[in-house]
Amino acid sequence: VSVADPILVMADEVGSEGPVTCVGGRTQWLVGGPVGGSVGTSTATKPREVRAPVGLVTFEAAEMTVRVRAGTTVTELDDALGAANQTVALPGWDGATVGGVLAVGQSGLRRLGWGPVRDALLEARYVSAEGAVVKAGGPTVKNVSGFDLCRLLVGSLGTIGLLAEVVLRTRPRPEVSAWLAGPVEPFSLRRRLHRPASILWDGTTTWVLLDGRGVDVSDQSAMLVSMGMAGVEGPPSIPPHRTSMNPGGLSSLAVTAAAETFVAEVGVGTVHLSTPRSPRAPSAEVLELGRRIKDRFDPAHRLNPGRDPARR
Amino acid sequence: VRTRRAVEPVIDSLCTDLQAELSPERVHSTSLELSLYERDASMITSSRAAAVCFPTSTAEVQACVRIARRHGRAIVARGAGTGLAGGAVPVAGDGGGPVIVVTTKLDRILSIDAENRVAWVEPGVINLDLSRALAPQGLHFAPDPSSQQSCTIGGNVANNSGGPHCLAYGVTSAHILAVEVVLADGSLALLGGVDPDPPGLDLRGAFVGSEGTMGIATRIAVRLTPQPPAVRTMLLDFTTVDAAAECVSAIIAAGLVPAALEMIEGAMIEAVEEFVHAGFPTDAAAVLLVEVDGLPRGVEVDADVVRSVGEQWGARTVRVAADDAERALLWKGRKSAFGAVARIKPNYYLHDTVVPRTKLVEVLREIYAIAERHDLLVMNVFHAGDGNLHPLLVFDAREPGAIDRVHAAGDEIVAASLAAGGVLTGEHGVGLEKKAFMPDLFSADDLDAQVRLRLAFDPDDLMNPDKVLPSPAGCGDLQSVPEGVWV
Repeated sequence: VSVADPILVMADEVGSEGPVTCVGGRTQWLVGGPVGGSVGTSTATKPREVRAPVGLVTFEAAEMTVRVRAGTTVTELDDALGAANQTVALPGWDGATVGGVLAVGQSGLRRLGWGPVRDALLEARYVSAEGAVVKAGGPTVKNVSGFDLCRLLVGSLGTIGLLAEVVLRTRPRPEVSAWLAGPVEPFSLRRRLHRPASILWDGTTTWVLLDGRGVDVSDQSAMLVSMGMAGVEGPPSIPPHRTSMNPGGLSSLAVTAAAETFVAEVGVGTVHLSTPRSPRAPSAEVLELGRRIKDRFDPAHRLNPGRDPARR
Repeated sequence: VRTRRAVEPVIDSLCTDLQAELSPERVHSTSLELSLYERDASMITSSRAAAVCFPTSTAEVQACVRIARRHGRAIVARGAGTGLAGGAVPVAGDGGGPVIVVTTKLDRILSIDAENRVAWVEPGVINLDLSRALAPQGLHFAPDPSSQQSCTIGGNVANNSGGPHCLAYGVTSAHILAVEVVLADGSLALLGGVDPDPPGLDLRGAFVGSEGTMGIATRIAVRLTPQPPAVRTMLLDFTTVDAAAECVSAIIAAGLVPAALEMIEGAMIEAVEEFVHAGFPTDAAAVLLVEVDGLPRGVEVDADVVRSVGEQWGARTVRVAADDAERALLWKGRKSAFGAVARIKPNYYLHDTVVPRTKLVEVLREIYAIAERHDLLVMNVFHAGDGNLHPLLVFDAREPGAIDRVHAAGDEIVAASLAAGGVLTGEHGVGLEKKAFMPDLFSADDLDAQVRLRLAFDPDDLMNPDKVLPSPAGCGDLQSVPEGVWV
C-alpha cells in the first residue's frame, strides 16, 4: 500500500481549471489586495481554497539545510531546528506558514543581520497553473544550474505558482541574543557595531538587537551601555502597516512622519507605521515585465486572483 | 575534428549601422578581431560573431541591441571573457553571426554611498578594482571569484558568481540591489531598488544569473560589506583526503559558518607550493584553508573550535597566519592554484559541481576512481565549505585521445555529483558547457518554466540564444550542444 505523495495530492486539488487560492496562516492575508478581487464577489467565481501539505521532510544538521512542506508553520519548523541549535531567517508571525511567509516575501526585524527572506530559499516545488508539480532551484547551498526561479517566487503572492515544498538554508542559532534601548542617534551607531541583528528607531529611542557569540554580545553591550543604552526585554510594539524606503532617507522621517507613530529598521529601510501608506506603483517597464511573466505562467490568471505583487 | 557551421560573410550594412551609432574604432569586424572573440576562458568554440562592439554608454548598448535586432542578429553580452562555461561564446544563428556587446569600456564606478553601503557601478568595472576603491572606507564587494583580478561586475551578475567568501557572505545575488537592464527590444528597465521591498515581482533576482539571456546590465547597484574587525586564517593539513573532508562537515556541524573553508588536495599542494612558496606541507594528502572573522574575542572562540575539530579529525598541524602578509600568502596559494597546474601538464579542464557537504567524502572517492578509469590525473582545489567541487583534470592535448578521455571522465563526474544529490554547477554557470545535462537535473515541466521566464523577457529569443536551456526556447525537443560546437 503506497501513501500518496502529499505534493501530488495538493496538485490534484489545484487541478488545472477555475480560480484557486492557497491559504497559509492568514497573517499577511491582505498584502497585495484581497483574494477574489473586489468585495462582494459572487460565490460562483470565488476561488477554491487549497492548503499546502505540512511536515518536515528531511533535516540534516551538518548540511545546514532543511526540506519542509510549505504548510508547516515557521514556529514548528523553528522548534525542530532548535534541537540542533539552528534556525531559519523567516519571520515567525503567529501561525504563519513557511509557504505563506515566502509567498509574501516580507522579512522580519532581523533582516539587517540575517538577510532578507528571499535569500533563504534554495529549492521550491510548486504547483503550476496547469496543476503540474514544478521544481525550481536545487537543494545545495550554492547552485547556478538554470535560471533563478526561486527569487521570482518569493514575494510573488502565489501568482506564479503555489508553493508545496521547499528547501531552506538554515543558520546557527545565536549563542546569545540581547536587546538594548536608549536615546541614542541610530545612524552613527550602525557604523560602530559589527553585524547587529537589528537597529530600530522611532524618532527618539533606538533599540538594538545583538546576537552571536556570548563574548561578542557582552563586549558590544558594554559599549552601548557606556553610550546611555540599557538592556530591555525586546523590541518596541511594532505598528501594523509597513512601507519600504531608501535607508538613506530614514533620518528625515522624524520630520515627515511627525504626526504618526513609526518604527524604522535602520540600515534596511523598512518602516512600520500606524496608518497605511498607499503602495508605490512600480515603473511601467517593471509592470509590463510582470504582466508578461504572469501571462506565461498563469495565462488564465487563476492563481490567487486579486492579489498583485505590484500592490505590495 | 572540428566542423564549423558555414559563417556568412559579414554583411556590410550591419557594421555600417553599428559604426554610425558608436564610432568606427569601437566596432570590430576584421577576421583577426573576430577570432579574438571566438572564445571565453572555456575550451568551447562554435562560430564567429559578425561584429564586436565596445559601447561606452547605456544609449550605445541600446543602439547595438536595436541594430542587431533590425538585422535579425542575436546579441551576446561579454565582460572580461573569464567565463568557464562558454556563456560568452558566439553561436551563429539562421541570420548569421551574432553581435557581441563587450561591456569593458563601461567601467566607471558611478557613486559610493559608504553611509548606506551602496555603490552604483557600470558593468565593466573589474571586481577587485571595486574592492580596492572601497578599501579606504573600510568596505568591500563580498563575492570574490578566483578570477577577481580580471572578471567584471557585469559578468558576476550574469553568472551569479561565487568565490571562497560566499560561504558566509552569500553569492552575487545577495549583493545586488538593483540592475538597469537593456532589454531585447532595446528599451530600458530598472529592476530592483536600493529600498528593501521594491514593488512588483523580484525581477532583479530573476535577472541575476541569467547569463545574458534576459538583457544586458548597464548600471548595477551593489551592496557593500564592511571589513571584519578581526580575521584568523588557518591552514590545517591531513594525511588522508577522507579525514580532511570529514573535518569540513564536522566544522559546519559544530555550528560554525567560517568566512571561507577551502580544500586543496593531491598533487596540487606541491604545484602550489613550488609556485608561491607559502610553506604548504607538500607531503600532506589534503590541506584546509579556513578563515573565521568577526569581533576579536568571538574570532578567538571560533578559531579554537576549528583547531579542536581539526585535531579531532587528525590534522597534523594547525598553522595560524601571524599577520596580513602571511594571510595574503596563504590566499595567494589558493587563488593561483590553477596557474600552478601548468607545472604538471600543459592543459587542464576545470569542472564545477556541487554536492551536499555530507557527501564530500564519497564523491571525492568516486572522482578519483573515475580519473583512474580514464587514465587521467585529477586534482581538487575547491570551496569545501559549501560542497562546491572543482575537480581539475590535467592532460596534454597533444596525446592522442586525451581530450576524449577528459570529456568522458567529465561527464561521469557530473553524473556522480547528481547521483549524490548535487547540482550541475555552483558558480561557473551552464552556458554551452552544461546545457545538455539540464534534463538530468530538471523534468520537462521544470525546464518549461525556465523557458517561460526567458521568453517573458525576450520573446524573440535574441539575447544570447543557445545558452543555458537545452533547446531553442519554446521548442519541445531537448537537443544537446548546438551543431558545429567544438567542446
